Amino acid sequence: MNNRFISLILILFLGTFQHSNAQSYENAKHHQCLKCHSNQTYSFYNSVKEKEEKRLMNPYFILDTVALVAGVHKQFDCTDCHSGEYATYPHQSNLKLEPLSSCLDCHGGDASFASYQFEKIEEEFKKSVHYKVYGENFTCSKCHSQHTYIATARTSSNVLEIVGYSNKMCLLCHNDMKRYKMVSGHDNPKLIQIHDWLPNEELHFSHVRCIECHTEVIDSLMVSHNILSKDKALRKCVECHSANSRLKASLYKYQNLQKRAEKDDINTVLANESYIIGSHQSPILQLLSVIIFLISLLGIIVHSIFRIIKKK
Amino acid sequence: MTSTEKIYFYPLWLRIWHGLNAIGILTLIITGISMQSSVESSHIVGFSLIVTLHNIAGILVTFSYFVFFIGNLVTPNGKFYIVKPSGFWKRPIRQAYYYGWGMFHGMKAPYPLSAKRKFNPLQKYSYILVMYLAVPIIIITGIALLFPEIIIDQVYTFSGVFVTAVFHSAMGFFISIFLMIHLYIASIGKSPLENFKSIITGWHHV
Repeated sequence: MNNRFISLILILFLGTFQHSNAQSYENAKHHQCLKCHSNQTYSFYNSVKEKEEKRLMNPYFILDTVALVAGVHKQFDCTDCHSGEYATYPHQSNLKLEPLSSCLDCHGGDASFASYQFEKIEEEFKKSVHYKVYGENFTCSKCHSQHTYIATARTSSNVLEIVGYSNKMCLLCHNDMKRYKMVSGHDNPKLIQIHDWLPNEELHFSHVRCIECHTEVIDSLMVSHNILSKDKALRKCVECHSANSRLKASLYKYQNLQKRAEKDDINTVLANESYIIGSHQSPILQLLSVIIFLISLLGIIVHSIFRIIKKK
Repeated sequence: MTSTEKIYFYPLWLRIWHGLNAIGILTLIITGISMQSSVESSHIVGFSLIVTLHNIAGILVTFSYFVFFIGNLVTPNGKFYIVKPSGFWKRPIRQAYYYGWGMFHGMKAPYPLSAKRKFNPLQKYSYILVMYLAVPIIIITGIALLFPEIIIDQVYTFSGVFVTAVFHSAMGFFISIFLMIHLYIASIGKSPLENFKSIITGWHHV
């Protein structure tokens, strides 16, 4: 009995020990890469000076470990994509030249990712202003962080969350002077001033995605990746504020959102996942109002005719 | 046409209120329909200008509503809006019968207007519904839509803004129908223009 107890303790101890050595993102402190790359500073033993040293981490190389665990690539370890030689520090300088996999290297031509239409996305992206100006340097990861990306638009049923997540991708550079200049080489346009023609500007920013107006919407693709140049951006209110709203073909084309709108039959009279001023979103109410209007008008006309006949 | 008795029916404050309200409501209806139907009107008036006009007219009507509300509290005009429980249904039905049948068959107006009775029962009921129900609702929902961030996000499964907007436009619709009928009924008088003159001069011929 005593022996069995000791073995149990031993197994538990070994289990804990083994777990702490595994390349798991759950505990960044124990992860070979993240113990440095999740902090502002990192320490190492300087063998030349023969002492422990603390250095500042390049801010662009600091990873958000919480987002990393939630991201679509969470099951991969760093060295699945980056060279295994990164395990040593200082990292060898020639590692910087290592070609990294692009999204299509893994996702292209893969039947299990067919619904994401990666090839079509690339085709559309190549028409976009980002590609035209910056070419191959403008990689997918400029917007979709390979470390933390979540396919929010396909999974969330909360419109505001989808909008917020999508807009954050654009604002990452377009609302950040340093990042914008790093890619483009010139100052970023002042977003608030440029968009001040929009009534309720703030509301627009939080309720619709930038890409609603700044891409060419095509039916065959969930998210259009053809980001248009600013002079081609949509400026017509009625494109969205109408019965045949553009948003139906863009923001609300996801099944998760469509289902949400359809799920409750009793709500169909009023059911709407959103409200857009100017669009007749309740056809039944509209029909009802036309009927009431016509009855009232008819009543007035008939009454007037009688008044004329009877000279009243 | 024998009687030429005149009653000072509409005091100045009431006529000013009525005028402001008329301008405001007409602007709201026109701009409201324009926004609701999203008529491509950019070559006449742009969408954002329409929205601005609607907002300004809304504030004007809200202001004039307070004139009406306070005016009815502090002047004797308020008593015309009090409904007596006796004949609650009989009185408006009698008036409706007069409009629909009686007036063409020699019947005399069942509730002739006098210094003590400014509105016939149907008029009184519809004015109360419009001024003490529809207009307050449309003002409250209108203010909410002007500051959408104060509206709760979700009402059951609907967007809060959507529910507010449906109430707002439904009330707007009923007020528009009221206006149509109001204008038509106003043409039933000694002459078709008589009542329109009264609301401008304040004097009503009985």
